[in-house]
Amino acid sequence: MLAGKIARHALALLATLLVGGLLAATLVRFAPGFDVDEQQLDPHLSAESMQALRAARLQDRNIFRFYLHYMNRAVHGDLGTSVSLGEPVRTLLRERAPLTLRLVGIGLALAWAAAMALALTAAWLRTSAYDALTTMVSGTFLCIPAAVLALLSVLWNVPGTLAIALIVFPHVYRYARNMLAKAYSQPHVLAARARGIGELRILFWHVVPVAGSQLLAVAGVSVSMAVGAAIPVEALCGLAGIGQLAWQAALARDLPLLVNITVLVTLVTLLANSGADVIGHMVRDQKA
Amino acid sequence: MSLWRKLACAVLVLVVCASLAASWLAPSGYAKQYRDATDAPPSRTHWLGTDEIGRDRFARVLYGTRISLLLAPAAALISTFLAALIGGLAGYLGGVWAKLAMAVTDLFLSLPWLFLLIAVRALMPLNVSPVFSVLATFLLLGLLGWTSAARVLCASAGSLRDSDFVKQARAAGIRGGRLFWVHVMPNLKPVLYAQFWISIPVFILSEANLGILGLGVAEPMPSWGSLLKELEGLISGGEEPWKFIPLFLLVVVVTSFQILFSKQEEVAA
Repeated sequence: MLAGKIARHALALLATLLVGGLLAATLVRFAPGFDVDEQQLDPHLSAESMQALRAARLQDRNIFRFYLHYMNRAVHGDLGTSVSLGEPVRTLLRERAPLTLRLVGIGLALAWAAAMALALTAAWLRTSAYDALTTMVSGTFLCIPAAVLALLSVLWNVPGTLAIALIVFPHVYRYARNMLAKAYSQPHVLAARARGIGELRILFWHVVPVAGSQLLAVAGVSVSMAVGAAIPVEALCGLAGIGQLAWQAALARDLPLLVNITVLVTLVTLLANSGADVIGHMVRDQKA
Repeated sequence: MSLWRKLACAVLVLVVCASLAASWLAPSGYAKQYRDATDAPPSRTHWLGTDEIGRDRFARVLYGTRISLLLAPAAALISTFLAALIGGLAGYLGGVWAKLAMAVTDLFLSLPWLFLLIAVRALMPLNVSPVFSVLATFLLLGLLGWTSAARVLCASAGSLRDSDFVKQARAAGIRGGRLFWVHVMPNLKPVLYAQFWISIPVFILSEANLGILGLGVAEPMPSWGSLLKELEGLISGGEEPWKFIPLFLLVVVVTSFQILFSKQEEVAA
């Protein structure tokens, strides 16, 4: 059962890689200036060399042949060269990935800590005033564009990780609060209360485990949110990560760079969602 | 209707009316430059001051609000229509079609929304006319924002497929398009309305994000995104507080939408 689930996720990842690769290759192939080669302007090249260059370009005109070349190169770690920055995409990604990983990792940890602290206290206290207050705070952050939160973090000299946390926090809080409230309405909680079990014990022994597997699914989705939030935060806070690289590539219409980043980000978010799903499945199996 | 809902409704009506009366409230227009009063603070002639090239900020806020509030619902209409077509049809047909449609939807959903937007926006030329940039931005939101709604509609249509009245209609010889449009679609209306209304604030916020990143509506056309871009030039939070008015207005409008349509959100869930 579990092996089947893992195999299904692996298959989905592979399919995404293949479809994403085809889309990436198509976009790169049809990008403006694809057929242009600076070498063709070199007066030192002979007519035969020019002919050979044109023949090589002509081979790449067939989209499926180009796709095969592209995938073959990608498998060997060659993701092409950035048009705007003139550097190999692989080098650019390798240089910038650590910063984005740190930013997203710390931002997610802070967002989850704040969201769970508020959601758990709201579920434990169950007073309408506290619930209204926390919902209002998270609702306000939900109504502010991510890019504005990034700008405000620059203005108030706050680290980028906090901006990411503030972007992700209201989404996580909303789900967590609703799931805990739903778990509280289960009959076994009522039975536990009738038997005189303390509120804290009910919360951690009878409510959190019920909402746990659903919260794991939210954890997978929150990775996608945090990666998305990295674009405005890195772009506007001047942090040289993958989000800033994607933004620069979009402004420069650097398609080889942009589509490779997009495929990479899709894989990362799919991996996070699959991981959350598999762990959730394992937890449910263990409970059963 | 609760007091909060009434208040949210009143706020939205007021903002929409003010934005529609922009040409009457600010007759000089959003692009006129007062070269002798650049970056001016609020005054009797310029209620919210002027921007760095002397354009009246009040006029730009009104016209920007009009653009965002008229085109976000238009984009929501496109995305809801696509969601109904793709998700509704997939759910109604079931089997391989539903699996295929949901695989494509999942692929779209696995990409962070802002990543998807900037990747597709980058495929279009950036140095375009302001009118084209407005249309392109909102069309993009409409064409890409259907995925989560399609998922919900696929599930709803799937549950309707096996309902008694659909079975009865099928037994009466009704097939294909007629069965879908006349018997299934009208029953999806509550979900469609819900998806439409909850998409509007999402698209308003997405346009603002794109505008701040320089990938949204082009100058001199104002939008909430381009108005908020002004915050980039501030050195401290206390300085020139009137520059925060577009942000305040945006938060108020999005909050009003969320208060007013929170019930719809529950229907969508």
